[in-house]
Amino acid sequence: MTEEPMRGNRRSFRHLPQNSTNSDVGPPAYQRGWSANIPSCNAQLFGKINLPVSAEIRCVVALAITCVWDSEVVLRGFSRNSFHDLKGCFAKHMTAQEVRLCGLLLQEHFGEVVERIGTHLLRGGAQNLRTIANETNTPLDLVKKSLCVLVQHGACEFGSGRRGPGSPVEYRASCERVLRVLRYPRYIYTAKTLYGDTGELIVEEVLQRGHMTMSNTVKTVADRLTHNMEEGRSMEYSEVVSAFSKLVETHFLQRCPPVAEMGTAATSTTPATPSTPAAPASTSPPTAESNPDCYKLPHVTLIGRGKRRRSSDDSEEQRGGKKAKMDSESCGDEGIYWLVNFERFHQHFRDQAIISAVASKLDQTSSEIVRTMLRMSEVTTTQTAAYTQPLSANEIFRSLPPNYSISRPILDQYLSLLVDDPMEFVGKSGDSGGGMYVVNLQRALANLARATLESVVQERFGSRSARIFRLLLRKRHLEQKQVEDFAMIPAKEAKDMLYTLLSENLVQLQEIPKTPDHAPSRTFYLYTVNQLPTARLLLQHCYKTVANLIERRLFETKENKRLLEKSQRIEAILASLQASGAEPEQLTEVEEMITAPERQQLEALRHHINKLDSTENQVDETVFLLESYIFSTKTKRERGREGGEPGG
Amino acid sequence: MAGLGRGRGRGKGYMSFSIEAVGIGKGENLPPSILQPTPLFPPMEHKPVPLVMGEEAEYMLALKQEFRGNMKTLPFYVRQAVSKKDVERYSDKYQNSEPSDNTIEWNPDWKRLPKELRIRVKKPLKENTSLSVDTSVDPKPSKKTRVDKEEIIHKLETLEKKEEEVTSDEEEGEKKKQEEEQQDGEEEYDEEEFEEETDYIMSYFDNGEEFGGDSDDNMDEAIY
Repeated sequence: MTEEPMRGNRRSFRHLPQNSTNSDVGPPAYQRGWSANIPSCNAQLFGKINLPVSAEIRCVVALAITCVWDSEVVLRGFSRNSFHDLKGCFAKHMTAQEVRLCGLLLQEHFGEVVERIGTHLLRGGAQNLRTIANETNTPLDLVKKSLCVLVQHGACEFGSGRRGPGSPVEYRASCERVLRVLRYPRYIYTAKTLYGDTGELIVEEVLQRGHMTMSNTVKTVADRLTHNMEEGRSMEYSEVVSAFSKLVETHFLQRCPPVAEMGTAATSTTPATPSTPAAPASTSPPTAESNPDCYKLPHVTLIGRGKRRRSSDDSEEQRGGKKAKMDSESCGDEGIYWLVNFERFHQHFRDQAIISAVASKLDQTSSEIVRTMLRMSEVTTTQTAAYTQPLSANEIFRSLPPNYSISRPILDQYLSLLVDDPMEFVGKSGDSGGGMYVVNLQRALANLARATLESVVQERFGSRSARIFRLLLRKRHLEQKQVEDFAMIPAKEAKDMLYTLLSENLVQLQEIPKTPDHAPSRTFYLYTVNQLPTARLLLQHCYKTVANLIERRLFETKENKRLLEKSQRIEAILASLQASGAEPEQLTEVEEMITAPERQQLEALRHHINKLDSTENQVDETVFLLESYIFSTKTKRERGREGGEPGG
Repeated sequence: MAGLGRGRGRGKGYMSFSIEAVGIGKGENLPPSILQPTPLFPPMEHKPVPLVMGEEAEYMLALKQEFRGNMKTLPFYVRQAVSKKDVERYSDKYQNSEPSDNTIEWNPDWKRLPKELRIRVKKPLKENTSLSVDTSVDPKPSKKTRVDKEEIIHKLETLEKKEEEVTSDEEEGEKKKQEEEQQDGEEEYDEEEFEEETDYIMSYFDNGEEFGGDSDDNMDEAIY
């Protein structure tokens, strides 16, 4: 595999299609996006084959990496199948790191059986039930159970097979959806900040169960809230219902997409969704948004209060359980399931990121202005818009929060400051109405991603390497000598830093031939940084990081399993003793069963696990930024291609 | 190629292109060639920035750990079927064995799933009502653990053992261990003899209550 990309003359790139003329330097546009996807795969390849990394090889390899075909063609080949619309999230090309991380997440949340099935589906694309059972050597019933779990949580979809409606059902897992599991705490916390404890519990319940009916959610949440309240008080269903409706109105929760008719060929004549054409077998699975009712609340009246669950009263629970069942049957919203709308949450996070960036770069008032603008355009901005709808300065002035009373001329000054700022968060699109302003969402995301990249380079390689990196980002292509001059770093050190960055693939080497025979003495070698591929590279690094963190945490837990079990037992004994009213001497006696060094060990273990968990949460913030940036550039490119503009 | 010919004539650091172009001067000291893969944990020149601490971070950490813990108790956590042991063990009554049958523990909406995935749903156990339908559904061990919760107390009372009963709402595993530990606490003065693990001493120390069960069948033989 390592020899294959180096076809032809090592020095020249003649084996590549020569679409470019002399004026268009560099590899053709479609190639530029490939390079960053390679290093993670290649690094693994190189690691296995023990390639000697001498200085020559480093330079040459860097050259090769920039123009080798995407080695993910290998992985991509698996995932091409019939009912997969290539634009949907199910056709995403999965890298080895992503699959590894998904496997770990599935294992932690759903167990090893589901992990095995899920990883198999992720690696192998769409498969039917029998194939999965045979290839993973799992009994059929476990496979069925696992698939039910995966479908329940939206990680897997099913569709009719390749050969048409008669062939067996095929299942396909979604890597992107499984990776969302990493962000669950952030979703729950956001719901808490927006809608209080009730909102928090609603989102948590829906995330735990995959999807739920409204009545079920309301009852469970009311019971949980009642459990936490003091004796004698309980939670009204109506309060929970109002929190639920607020979540639906602001689009944080949405209905599950209706399921297309499956099964025998005889029943497939009537498509379930009104939007599918006459051949339901070949369309992509309907998304939630395609349902016009996806944000409509069902007409059910839920009257009641939360029940306080008593742990010792089994018989009462049985009776209560029976009663609850009777209630749910009469609720009337059967078949209407709700799930969490991740995209809406992502929009919220993106807005938050922009506002906090403005606040830290400029000041609080500017961030309030941007927050107002974003709030006003929440409903009018589509998911993938590059910028919000234009808002006039008059409208902004009227919509500012009342405690931020600034006068009109001051607002105008702030707006012009925002427009002139090099970060380009806000742009001016016209002069009517006191000036029409837009928030440049895409530009803002690109700048945030750029800041992330710069900060990564700074923390890993020092501030002088970061200076070189920033220089290359701004000036695009520079020669060795120019880098030294512009960065004001002595030649030797500049060389060293450049090569370190080159070996980490953060910087690429671009060759520009002066003569048609690409003779090395008559060729310019320019250093360059491409933001998009570098962002992809860093994203893969982040996935690898999180996977490593999870593995380490599992390892630490396994190492100290005996100690953890002992401490859990002791806690259970203590709890039962306290419940049955024991004297303090007995309690201390039981507590002393854990010796002091063991206590220290336990404390250290807890500290480590907390740190690892907390780190996962924070890496996920970077993952979110990079993913949003990459996604927004992808949609921009698609929009450009559809509109006939030159791509890239 | 002309370029290759020129390159081959050089000495130690020959390369296929002219290295002046990338900035390595003539006769400069290059770092030595690395002939092995990079170490697994390379020493870091720049230490990473400390984690963000604060209320928000801690709350999210708690949320994450709670979520993980909750997921393990939900029926979505699919456990491998436990193979049935050859003989019924005494400890089966006390230890919860994992579900080992073909049923699914929660009730999905079968209309949203393809027909081929349909499995029998395990009926939730009701202690007082009789199980009329699907008797093969319920695995034996869990049925026993449920029902035995009341019977355990009766059994303990009838047996001539020196265990104390502690009524609690815990699972049987905790209860049994708790009883063991309480028993250990009370027999501290016997521990030295028991710990030495030889048969002789156990028979010398003829505490009839411990030995009631063992030697019932051999009453006519001499006890050593």
